[in-house]
Amino acid sequence: MAVFFIVLALNLFIFQGNILDSNYATLNTFFTLTPWILLFLIPAITMRTFADEKQTGTIEFLTTKPVTDLQIVIGKYLAALFLWTFTFIPTLIYFIAVKKLSLSEAPIDSGATYGSYIGLYFLGAVFVAIGIFASSVTNNQIVAFLVGVFLCYLMYDAFFRISSLAIFQGQLDYFIQSIGLNAHYDSISRGVVDTRDIIYFLSVISLFIIGTRTALESRKW
Amino acid sequence: MAVSVRNLSKNYNHQKAVDNISFEVKKGEILGFLGPNGAGKSTTMKMLTCYIPPSKGTASVSGLDIVQHALEVRRKIGYLPENNPLYYDMYVKEFLDFAARINNITSVAIDKRVKEVIDLVGLNIEQHKKIGQLSKGYKQRVGIAQALIHNPEVLILDEPTSGLDPNQLSDIRNLIKELGKEKTILFSTHIMQEVQAVCNRVIIINKGKIVADDQPDNLQNVLNNEALVEVEFLREVAKETLQNISNIQQVNALSATHFILHGKDSLQIRKAIFDFAVSNNNPLLTVKQETKSLEAIFHQLTQQK
Repeated sequence: MAVFFIVLALNLFIFQGNILDSNYATLNTFFTLTPWILLFLIPAITMRTFADEKQTGTIEFLTTKPVTDLQIVIGKYLAALFLWTFTFIPTLIYFIAVKKLSLSEAPIDSGATYGSYIGLYFLGAVFVAIGIFASSVTNNQIVAFLVGVFLCYLMYDAFFRISSLAIFQGQLDYFIQSIGLNAHYDSISRGVVDTRDIIYFLSVISLFIIGTRTALESRKW
Repeated sequence: MAVSVRNLSKNYNHQKAVDNISFEVKKGEILGFLGPNGAGKSTTMKMLTCYIPPSKGTASVSGLDIVQHALEVRRKIGYLPENNPLYYDMYVKEFLDFAARINNITSVAIDKRVKEVIDLVGLNIEQHKKIGQLSKGYKQRVGIAQALIHNPEVLILDEPTSGLDPNQLSDIRNLIKELGKEKTILFSTHIMQEVQAVCNRVIIINKGKIVADDQPDNLQNVLNNEALVEVEFLREVAKETLQNISNIQQVNALSATHFILHGKDSLQIRKAIFDFAVSNNNPLLTVKQETKSLEAIFHQLTQQK
């Protein structure tokens, strides 16, 4: 968390091209930079969840208690989500800061900013699900971290990049783009909270949670 | 029946880890599960605790099937897995509190129960430390405490005494004996004395199959149809003259005066030796009947045939 805030503070308020330099009352810098930090931060938070339990054998302790595998996975997910939530909440201060700093004739676009915050929170929530899944497929934390970063990148940016390849132009590009997180994040960021986007985020979270449970159950195969 | 296992098998790929075993454990019994490494002890225990499902066969704990009623079975079982995995960065009480909660103990009862269990396993002095800081013996106690926290009917302990020093060893054994007064206990080990000291019954398992299932004392008698008698005379005796005595089948000479005699009937051999000594006027210094130790039985049963 400390690392997260230091990197954010440096980029948003101190380094070249920061919010104050832009002369507009907007948090765009924050909303484009943060997903890239989360890409690394969240797999680092979640890499221990299952990989470490498998490594030390405590997974046997957990799975022989009167709880289902799904309960264990959801418990782990909520624990990591809790940490992400408490990393997320303090960033609301940036919104207040920029709002107070802005001149009254050029106020911050509240609608778009709220939308972006909601999008960002869901993006983090999806990354948590991906990170937990990555942790459940290996018993090595480093591998879990790398797989997590890779899958997060794949979901966030890679689909968007692939869709812009020449061969997909005009036919599949929109479809491929909409598999990725980026398109939905941008869509919410415009300030319109579309149920399709919310359903998309929730589906991806469920998908990875089910994937995690399957990985946990693989001991029974 | 507290635990009942019928034709249980577990295959890993093409290897049979557990091969068609059946046994039953009565309420209040302490059953020792004995076998060399890789015999299938842990696999059997993992199946009984619903960690992995059996490939074939069924088992039940307190009448509940381990596959169909996995959650209820887990409630009735206290399990100490092999190598005693614990969360080393948790405090002892914190961990026991967690173990209590995950076992659905009501929050009002938790503090009292944690205290009881700490007393029971003798963790009093160490209860404020982190688990990672404890010595191996105390970690083992935390593992047993965790298994006991919900007051289960059946305790399944996978090698609870491995890697402990002799004092800790006897502490843990006494603890198991103490617990066995109220609970059904199934524990695995590869130390024979432990079985002799603690169990009412022993199952020896080798290569996934049960090779013996009896009380430790009976097991010794059953396999003891061969008698061993150690004798020592004052003066030298020729090996051949001993071999001529009836009932003695084989003579191993340790020295010119010291022998180990093998035969069928220990009583007849000892009598004959005494008569032999008297008639030869060669005073007998030692006559010792040797019982085959459980180690020897274990060795014999688990040898490759």
